[in-house]
Parts: sequence; C-alpha cells; structure tokens
Amino acid sequence: MIIALNVNGETLDIDVDPATPLLWVIREQLRLSGTKFGCGMALCGACTVHLDGKAIRSCVTPVQAASGQQITTIEGVGSAAIGLHPVQQAWIDEQVPQCGYCQSGQIMSAIALLQENSEPSDAEIDAAMKGNICRCGTYQRVRRGIRRAAAALAAKAASASQSGGRDSPWSDSNG
Amino acid sequence: MGKWTRRAFITTGVLAGGVVVFGVVVRPGARTDRIARLVAENDETLLNVWVKLAPDNSITAIVPHAEMGQNAHTTLAMMLADEMDVAWSDMRVIEAPAHKEYANYAIARGFALGDRNFPAFLVDSIDGFFLKVTQFMALQITGGSMSVRTTGQLAMRTAGAAAKAVLLQAAADEWQVPIGELSASSSHILHAPGDRRAPYAAFASRAATLSQPARPVLKNVRQFTLMGTSMPRLDAPTKIDGSAIFGIDVVLPDMKVATVKASPVFGGTIQSIDATSAQTMPGVRKVIDLGDAVAVVADGYWQAKTALDRVAVNFTSTERVRINQEDIFEQFSVALDNAQSDGGGNTDYRTGETRDAMSAAAGILEAEYRVPYLAHATMEPMNCTAWVHDGQCELWLGTQNPLGFAKEVADALDMRLSQVHVHNQYLGGGFGRRAFPDFALQAARIAADVHYPVKLIWSREEDMQHDHYRQASISRFRAGIDAAGKALAWENIYVDKHDPVEAPWIPYGIAAQDIRYVDSETHVPWGFWRSVDHSLHAFFTESFIDEIAVFAGKDPFAYRHDLLADKPRFQRVLDLAAEKADWGRSLPENMGRGIAIHQSFGTIVAQVMEVEIEEGKARACRVVCAVDAGYAINPDGIAAQMESGVIFGLTAALYGDISIRDGAVSQSNFHDYPMLRMDEAPIVETWIIDSGEPLGGAGEPGTPPIAPALTNAIFDATGVRVRQLPVRKHDLRHKDAKRLDIA
Repeated sequence: MIIALNVNGETLDIDVDPATPLLWVIREQLRLSGTKFGCGMALCGACTVHLDGKAIRSCVTPVQAASGQQITTIEGVGSAAIGLHPVQQAWIDEQVPQCGYCQSGQIMSAIALLQENSEPSDAEIDAAMKGNICRCGTYQRVRRGIRRAAAALAAKAASASQSGGRDSPWSDSNG
Repeated sequence: MGKWTRRAFITTGVLAGGVVVFGVVVRPGARTDRIARLVAENDETLLNVWVKLAPDNSITAIVPHAEMGQNAHTTLAMMLADEMDVAWSDMRVIEAPAHKEYANYAIARGFALGDRNFPAFLVDSIDGFFLKVTQFMALQITGGSMSVRTTGQLAMRTAGAAAKAVLLQAAADEWQVPIGELSASSSHILHAPGDRRAPYAAFASRAATLSQPARPVLKNVRQFTLMGTSMPRLDAPTKIDGSAIFGIDVVLPDMKVATVKASPVFGGTIQSIDATSAQTMPGVRKVIDLGDAVAVVADGYWQAKTALDRVAVNFTSTERVRINQEDIFEQFSVALDNAQSDGGGNTDYRTGETRDAMSAAAGILEAEYRVPYLAHATMEPMNCTAWVHDGQCELWLGTQNPLGFAKEVADALDMRLSQVHVHNQYLGGGFGRRAFPDFALQAARIAADVHYPVKLIWSREEDMQHDHYRQASISRFRAGIDAAGKALAWENIYVDKHDPVEAPWIPYGIAAQDIRYVDSETHVPWGFWRSVDHSLHAFFTESFIDEIAVFAGKDPFAYRHDLLADKPRFQRVLDLAAEKADWGRSLPENMGRGIAIHQSFGTIVAQVMEVEIEEGKARACRVVCAVDAGYAINPDGIAAQMESGVIFGLTAALYGDISIRDGAVSQSNFHDYPMLRMDEAPIVETWIIDSGEPLGGAGEPGTPPIAPALTNAIFDATGVRVRQLPVRKHDLRHKDAKRLDIA
C-alpha cells in the first residue's frame, strides 16, 4: 500500500507493506544508508532515528506507525556541506568514531537527549545512551562529546538571547 | 578511483590528468632461500605502497590495509606524510584495490624470517596454506596489530622518503641548482639561495622519469613533524554524517537482497526444504539450497527475512546434536587428566627443572581456570554483495583479507584469481571475524545462481550462531614457593593452542618453568578474536601470579615488580600504572583494586582496575592503563585503542559466554549475549611510554590484561577468586560464593 512519509523535511509516497520496519524503508527504498542495521530487536540502537524529535528504534517500528510524523535520519541533522550539528562537531573534536558503524545511532540518541535536557548529568547521559551499543568501546568519548555539545549549545543559546537573534536551527523540537 | 593495471603504473608512472604515481619497492633485507621462494621470480619485487601526486598538489597514500576502526589509514598516512614533508591538509588516503601487487610483503617477510612477533592471527603452519598463499602473493591482510609496525615502518616511511628524494632531484634538474641547496617542506620544494618555492606537483612529470633511490634516508625521531602527534582521524568526517560506506551500504543497479539460515549444528547439511509458502510471498525471487544453508533472495531484506522464516528446513541429524557445553569442558578435563597422569601433551616452553624445584618448595599452590567460547559480535552483521557476470565475480564487502577471500571465491566458483575482484569497504568492526570468508563464499554461490547482483545480509542471530569463536579452554597451574614467598617453579598445562606462540609465556623471573598444552578438538569453529590466544592466557597467568602473591602474603603489585627485576621495560610499565592509579591508597569497603601486565604484539600493557561491588555484582569504575608500544606514532590513536581494547575485554570478562546446547550455539542476540553499555563503562586513563624499542601494535594489546585486572580487583574487594569467566555467573556477595547457575 502507499504510505506517505516525511523524511528530513521531504514528503514522499512509498509503496510498501505497512508492516515493514521503518529501518528497511529508510535504507532500501529511500537509499539513506547512514541508519544502520545491528540486531533487529531494538537491542543495540544502531538504527536510531527521530520521530517528531524523539529517538526511536527504526528496526522494530512498522513504517505505518511513522506515517504523519517527522522522521529525521542522520542525513538530516547536518553535514560538512550544510553545516555540522554541534553534536557532530563535538564528535570530531573528541575523536569519537572508530569503526563508526554505531555512530549514527549514538549521535541521534545524543541529539534527542540534548533537545529534552540541555544540561544532562552523567547519570542522565548514561540513562539516555545505554540503549546504544558500541563494540569499539567509544563510550567515554561519547560522554565527553555530549558534554562538549551541551556547552556549545548553551553558549549559542546565550549569545542568541543576548543579541535577540533567532534560535539556532538545532534547538527546535524537530531537530 | 579508476581501474589501474600494474603495467600502466610501472611503465609510465603517469596517469590520466597529470597524476603521477610512485610505486614503492621494498626489497628483502636478506634474501634467504625462504624469501626467494616467496618472490615469484628472481628479480621481481613487490610494490607494497603507492603514492599518488595530483596536479592540485594533493598526495594520496594507497595502503594495503583495511580500516575497521583501528585508525590504520590515518596513522599510515601520517608516517608517509612526515617522511615526504607533506602538509597534512594535502594528505589523502585510500585503500589499495585487491590486486596481488599490493600483497603484504612486510608480513610475508616477517613470517619467512621466523620473526617471533610474526602474525599472531595466522594460524596455518609454515608448510601449509599460508605459505602457498604467500607464494601467490595473495596476502593483503589486516590483523595481528601489524599495520603500523610493519607496513608503516617498512613501507610507508620508505615510500614517503623515496618520493621526496625523487621530487628534490627533479627540482634540482628543473632549476639547474645543486640538490644540496634544496629543501622540502609543506608539500613544496624550496631553494633558499634563489628565493624560489614551488609545489611538489610542479615537478611531477619530471619526477616520473627519474629512478627512485634504492635506500632513501629516513628521518630520525627528532626530525619528526607529524609522527608523535595526535592527528585527527581522516575518516571521522564521514563517520558522523552517515556518508561512510560500509559493506552493508553498497547498492548496485538491479540488486536483490538475500539472507540465509545455516544448519544450527555446525557441519550439518540440509535434508529437505519446503519453500512452498515462502516462494509465493511478495518480493521473493528465489529460494536456494546451498547444501548446508538455505538462502532466500528477495527485493529487500525484510521480504527475504520474513520469507526465510516461513521456509521449513530439515537438517540432517548427526552425533553432534548430543553435545552440550558441559561435555566439552568434561572432554577438556579428561584430556588434561590424561596428559598429567602420563606426562603427555606438547611442550610449549620449558626452563629449569620444575620437579626438583617443587620438591624443594615450602609450599605448593594449585589452581584451575576456565574460559568460555566467545563470539565477535561486530556491530555490522556479516554481509557481502556479489555479482557474477561476464565470466567474472565481483565482491563488495568489508574484509580483513581481500586477497584471501578472492582466492577462496575463485576456488569455489572454479575461476582464476584474476577473475575475482574484491572491492573493500569500511568494516563495521572486524576483531578477527572478517578474516574468515564463509559469508563471502555464500554470497558468491548465491550470485552464481542468478543473473543480477545480490547483497547477502546475515541476521544478528545468524551472525552470532555461525561465528568463528574464540576457543573455550581450561588451564591448570601448580607453583612451588619457598619460605620467603619467592616462586621457584611454575607448571602450566592447558587446552588448545593457536597463536601467537608466546601467549602463555610469563615475563617473571621464575627459574623453573614447564608450560605444556594438549589438543582437544571440538566441532565448534575456531577464529582469531582480538588478541587471539593472549585473550585467555593473560587471564590465566595474571590470575595465578596474583594468587601466588596472596599465598605468599605479598602485595600483588610489589610481588610482580620484584619478579620483573631483570625486565626493566616491563617494570617501568607496571610501575607507571601503579603510580598513576595511586596503588596502595585505601579504598571504600565495597571497592577493590587489581593489577595485571601482559605483552602482546610487541607492546607491553599494564592495567589497574578499580571495581565496586554492589549486591553481589561487580561494577568497573576506573581503569588506569600504561602502555609501551616503543614509540607512539599517534598518541591519541593509541589511547583510543587502549580504551577500545579495555571495553572489548571487559565486555567478555563480565558477560561473554557462548555455550553449546544440543550441538548448537544457545545465544542468538544481544539479550542473551550482552554487551557492556555506557552506564557500565569505566573511565580509562591511558599513560604512554616512548621507550624507543621496536614499534609494537596497538589494536589488540589493550585487551588481554583487563580480565585479570578485573578479577584480581574483585578478589581484593571480596575475597572471591573468580577462576571461571564470565564474572556475571558468580555471586560476589560472599567469600565462599558459588558459581551461579545462570544460563
């Protein structure tokens, strides 16, 4: 059946079995390969994307359930060409990635965390990130990256409020 | 990257668009008979590394190693850029295509010369498969923590220095000035007396006509500009925006997707398949009987997977369905009992006379340790895209051994090596798993059965249940200790030896040692697993030396320190870890501290673990890691690899347990093969010693000491000595704790 999806700001009609996990629609139909397959059971977080700004596991989310919501994948949060999200920049500054396979999911979880809680404690970071496995063991750099990104976002917010300027595009609820 | 042929390179050195390529020749240092056999023809040399200089003055290193997170690409590029005086912003790196000209001569050389540090992960005997492959130059392997210490040292640096020497000569010719008046810096040639400066690219075409120096002069450590600094990873930008392409991300026109289910019992074959309902499901293209596995090909993964679940498969029943994990450990015990009663087994290492030393001892200490099978569980499940067309087979995947895979696929499809082309992608984790070609062979066989490209993706369940596993093992020890607490004799016998040969050896000054092993084969496929045999033996030996220290009434750090009196390099690493961890400072009641030290792949690592016990569970809080890899080419890269090795080893020590039930692997996904997660991850502090000793590896040496550092810390906190991994099977509340019966 035809399902209407909004992905990274674009609206698309996809002909697909409505029970298909969102992950495979994103990867195979939409050809957005930054979102990864890891376990198929919502156990590892490699497939994390945002639905209306909330981090979800796309490997167990039927595509039908995502219809009518804003879907954001790693490709939609930033790149060198369109400008890096502060979380992505922090990932480079802290040299987080190793093999890199889990990092799209880590970054999506981190962005969702910071949207809800701009100053997370270590315990809050752990709680928000424990669904994302990294076999290369980059956890302490992920933690540092989140703290660095939180500080960068806070500085940005402070300067925006001082100058009376608009919010940064990264602080709106849809990421 | 366009298609290259070897001939085009060698004859011209110039590619389309004014790009100049330097092929770097590494000649054997000593041409022994054995070496000569490895080189196909007498004067044939091997192009180990190529350097590409483009008109925009960018310099690309073409390296023969896969990038699986270990940072080989960046570190190797740094070594070349430093010797060539390339500005880092001009530096690029790509992985060599799988051609035999890229075969890893440095590895072959180390092997042929009987270098004791040689490749760890290569298990086959010198006369067996490996040598044959070497003769075919089919070696382009990433493993054994070898990239920097062999390719980097022997080839990348030589390549950079040679390319620079040729460019200087070309500039001297072009400007008609003595070469001694020229210098190179930031990808430019300078002539100070004439106040001239020009980019390397200005001399490219002239340089291509010159012959390279046979022995270019390398920099000394004081001249390094990039080596020794923490350069950021070249691959990081593509790994934070989703653009890095891993094997699983490859897309080809008209490609279909396949998934497989193999016999759960290793070695089983298909007796019958009923695919009636699967074949009519939407998107399903074909159901294929691979003999030992069934494959479903469909338009997408989800369609293939749901259809596969509907295929009714009967696998043949063999004796193996009666094998359980307890039987395997019982088999090991019997093998050890037999060897101990009749003095059998194979000698691994022997010095002094342990029997005499034992009879002179004031006390005898005995212990037995056990470790389970372990899976790799790379984040990216095994996958391979294959396309058989026009008498060729092309493969797209992440592999640690592209040429080895090509050879296996060629054999399976009855093709010549030259008809198989491997396009290596980023590896979503390797850890040794992606050195085994089983999944690529499946993909190639499926592709040979259809007329379109097929991407084979294993489910996580298939990945976990059809791995090549780190071996389960039992190791038994006996030590003789004198009245002052000094160890006089060390006896060790264990099950199942692979690589490297020195993994069970100890650095300690114990006069009489007798280390033996027995073979006790099982039907569970074996595989290289990050640090290979070191991963188990460091747990065994560093637990037992800790037990000896406790038995002798000594401090575990001080006891080790004293036994390393004639090993100053070890002592320095041990002392640094203890010092930075504030060894001796008191800890809260529910905490403990443990230490371990182990050398692997030329690198010595000591770790101090601080553990906290809560409700009988151990929590790793802090790890202080001291490392001597000779010289840290990229210090932050080494720190990252220590952090990574610690988490990898800690995950295994706390949780890792693959067990056999009815001949098959019981575990299937991350719910029953748990991974360490962020809320359980300790802070790892890395301290680096640049001793100036020969370069060691970095990817693996962080893993071996962490399990014993953890269990020694648990003993310190609780008095419970964990002699069987994983830790989570033990109740740590009581000193007389029993092993829990946790499936």
